[in-house]
Amino acid sequence: MAEVTMRVWRGDASGGDFENYTVTQNEGEVVLDVIHRIQATEAPDLACRWNCKAGKCGSCAAEINGKPRLMCMTRMDDLPEGTVTVTPMKTFPIIRDLVTDVSFNFAMAERVPALLPPPMPEDGYRMFQEDVERGQEFRKCIECFMCQDVCHVIRDHEENKQYYAGPRFFIRYAELEMHPLDQNDRREYVREEMGLGYCNITKCCTEVCPEHIKITDNAIIPLKERVVDAHYDPVAWLGRKIGRRTKRTAAEAGVQPAP
Amino acid sequence: MTTSPYEHHEYDVLIIGAGGAGLRAAIEAKQRGLSVGIVTKSLLGKAHTVMAEGGMAAAMGNVSSEDNWRVHFRDTMRGGKMLNNYRMAELHAKESPDRVRELEQWGALFDRTKDGRILQRDFGGHRYARLAHVGDRTGLELIRTLQQKVVSMGTDVYMECKVLQLVHDESGRVAGAVAYWRPTGEFVTFAAKSVVLASGGVGKSWKFTSNSWESTGDGHAMALWAGAELIDMECIQFHPTGMVWPLSVRGLLVTEGVRGDGGVLRNSDGERFMFNYVADMFRAETAESEEEGDRWYEDHNAGRRPPELLPRDEVARAINTEVKAGRGSPHGGVYLDIGTRRSAEYIRRRLPSMYHQFMELAGVDITREAMEIGPTCHYIMGGVKVDADTAATKVAGLYAAGEVAGGMHGANRLGGNSLSDLVVFGRRAGMAASDYVEGGSGPSGFDWGEVESAVSRALAPFENENGENPYDIQRDLQEMMQANVGIIRTGDEIEFAINELETFTERVKNISVKGGRAYNPGWNLATDLPSMLTVSKCTSRGARERKESRGGHTREDFPKASAEYGTFNLAHTIAGGAWDGEITTERSPLLTMPDELKALLEEGK
Repeated sequence: MAEVTMRVWRGDASGGDFENYTVTQNEGEVVLDVIHRIQATEAPDLACRWNCKAGKCGSCAAEINGKPRLMCMTRMDDLPEGTVTVTPMKTFPIIRDLVTDVSFNFAMAERVPALLPPPMPEDGYRMFQEDVERGQEFRKCIECFMCQDVCHVIRDHEENKQYYAGPRFFIRYAELEMHPLDQNDRREYVREEMGLGYCNITKCCTEVCPEHIKITDNAIIPLKERVVDAHYDPVAWLGRKIGRRTKRTAAEAGVQPAP
Repeated sequence: MTTSPYEHHEYDVLIIGAGGAGLRAAIEAKQRGLSVGIVTKSLLGKAHTVMAEGGMAAAMGNVSSEDNWRVHFRDTMRGGKMLNNYRMAELHAKESPDRVRELEQWGALFDRTKDGRILQRDFGGHRYARLAHVGDRTGLELIRTLQQKVVSMGTDVYMECKVLQLVHDESGRVAGAVAYWRPTGEFVTFAAKSVVLASGGVGKSWKFTSNSWESTGDGHAMALWAGAELIDMECIQFHPTGMVWPLSVRGLLVTEGVRGDGGVLRNSDGERFMFNYVADMFRAETAESEEEGDRWYEDHNAGRRPPELLPRDEVARAINTEVKAGRGSPHGGVYLDIGTRRSAEYIRRRLPSMYHQFMELAGVDITREAMEIGPTCHYIMGGVKVDADTAATKVAGLYAAGEVAGGMHGANRLGGNSLSDLVVFGRRAGMAASDYVEGGSGPSGFDWGEVESAVSRALAPFENENGENPYDIQRDLQEMMQANVGIIRTGDEIEFAINELETFTERVKNISVKGGRAYNPGWNLATDLPSMLTVSKCTSRGARERKESRGGHTREDFPKASAEYGTFNLAHTIAGGAWDGEITTERSPLLTMPDELKALLEEGK
């Protein structure tokens, strides 16, 4: 069987460096298989995060030859010949080796105002396939956070993280905004608190999405349009000016538990 | 209470595991206004629940109006070869429709019927189209919905935090747990008035498995060590359709939805061999010819179900037999063909993740080529013995729900009954754990001695200089269990495994770990191995004692089901609670089913 040299970043928050490992590579293997072989032999303490090894859980995101990929879905024989470089996602603080601290994303999740549906009829809600399909596309998200990793609003600007939810959460807001049952209005909130305006639609997020979600075209752009409609609607503008509001906004409602 | 030398937290209800059952239990306890902490080995939203593909079974009758809880109950019991806790099967069948509907209140978006209701699909062993689903990623929808609900309620979640052991008070009631943070390796203690175990399965002890690294049976083992009973541990589900090639993805799941949506199994002669494997129990409701089976796909009243949709144990055994008879595919499986039977557009819409999985990992276009598949270790029916209504274990204050609990599925689980199990019994466990807290019967102390012994056991591999690499032990264990306590078993091989497991116990005591405590997967594995061994021992002992074939337990030397063995579960206990202590295995009679439920089982036989 072929041998391959893996150049893997090892270290922690205090610093680190690349280490080279030369290991066997079998037919059909993915990058995660080879990382596991290094763990099982030379470096049992090599940290990497993984769960399903089937592209369904999004745990094993890393940067392979500089590009964010799921290690479990990247076949070794699809990579250019020669040394394969594996580094942790750059946008998040390092815990150790290939494992990063992705708690930024969980903090953003806590700030999402929940779905607010009408009371459920006895035999359940009625919704139609064409109405749920838009949201279903966004709910394919496996939370690998590669879209967050590649988004240059936060990739090189740690300071922006406090103002900016990032693509993963823009699809979440778009999903709620398009949800057939939702009665919450998050448009002002996503503009003012979640920094939707910082996104300048370069589509880097769409390119890396392992679920092929059209993040920019189907979520962010429609969301921007809706936000603009709400913000620059003259009636809403007047309402804000004179302090009279007709519709409850999500920001006021805070994080609303569903019934 | 003594001051903890470690980071310490206190909760009314502590939940171990953040899959469907744990999250659903948490919602229930939070709604009661109790303080709730959830501890998970992984990040939130990554639990094994995401791997579930096909759907969740609930007799809502949206597609087949004839469906109702009685038929679902009957299907579950027959699928479980009557070894089920009938009361669990009854509650599950009655309550799962409400549990599905409530997910929509929390944001789930299921696929719809034309008139806007939740669409349901056909699955093995279910008489009617019963599985609510979202394409082939239903588990992801379930976990994301529950996760978002739990987060919106402001629940504390301890991620990448591994529980080592449960802690008691001096009277033997459960009082909390001791754990460590994977990112730092620092220990943490949780004092809790009640504990819900929702820790999932055990599949990582087999070589070819659909399970992730997490499925090491921690909850099963922890419960046993804490004084609870484990039942039916010999009943392991080998899912008929796992990928067999490339080798590195061998075992990866291929959803039963492929067959539900028209896919068929063929051997190397191109024959739809399942027609040769219809057991008497299922003959009356199974098609006799390919034409009849195909008619059923178009109109369920025009024919009977094709045999590809028999319960999983039947299909897995048939595949195994075909391969052994030399009619397998080049890589030791058989063919699953949907490409010649459905349009490419239909396949990509109904089975998008299967399409991508084969395209990206195997270079196979399933709209044109057949998949090579074979059985893979998927699910353990056995688990902690619980009271059906309350999910209570034998240990006061300890509850168990989901895969870690036993009884619901008997000797074989029907596809789709797992996701509904999680929410039905997750909710019930959350309710009962909350009742217990509100009733004021919580623990009166916290045994720090148990904490210290768990901590020193966890740290021992760092002090051992020239011991074994934990990865070597894990690999050997997986190979040994696959070879000797796999899908088809014999007395000699089981006996061999039982002896081998003693050797493994000694090897586990001699592990050495390299590196520090912070995010060290080698060390993490070292702390999983005692659980893996404990469950493997119970599985092997159950397999030795059950001298018959039933559901997910097949004995080559006892190929038939025996009426006598159909009257009891095999229950395991460990005296004294040491992880390597002596296990006692006893017969534990099944609950007696009321006559009105018995009558349901006779219908349509």
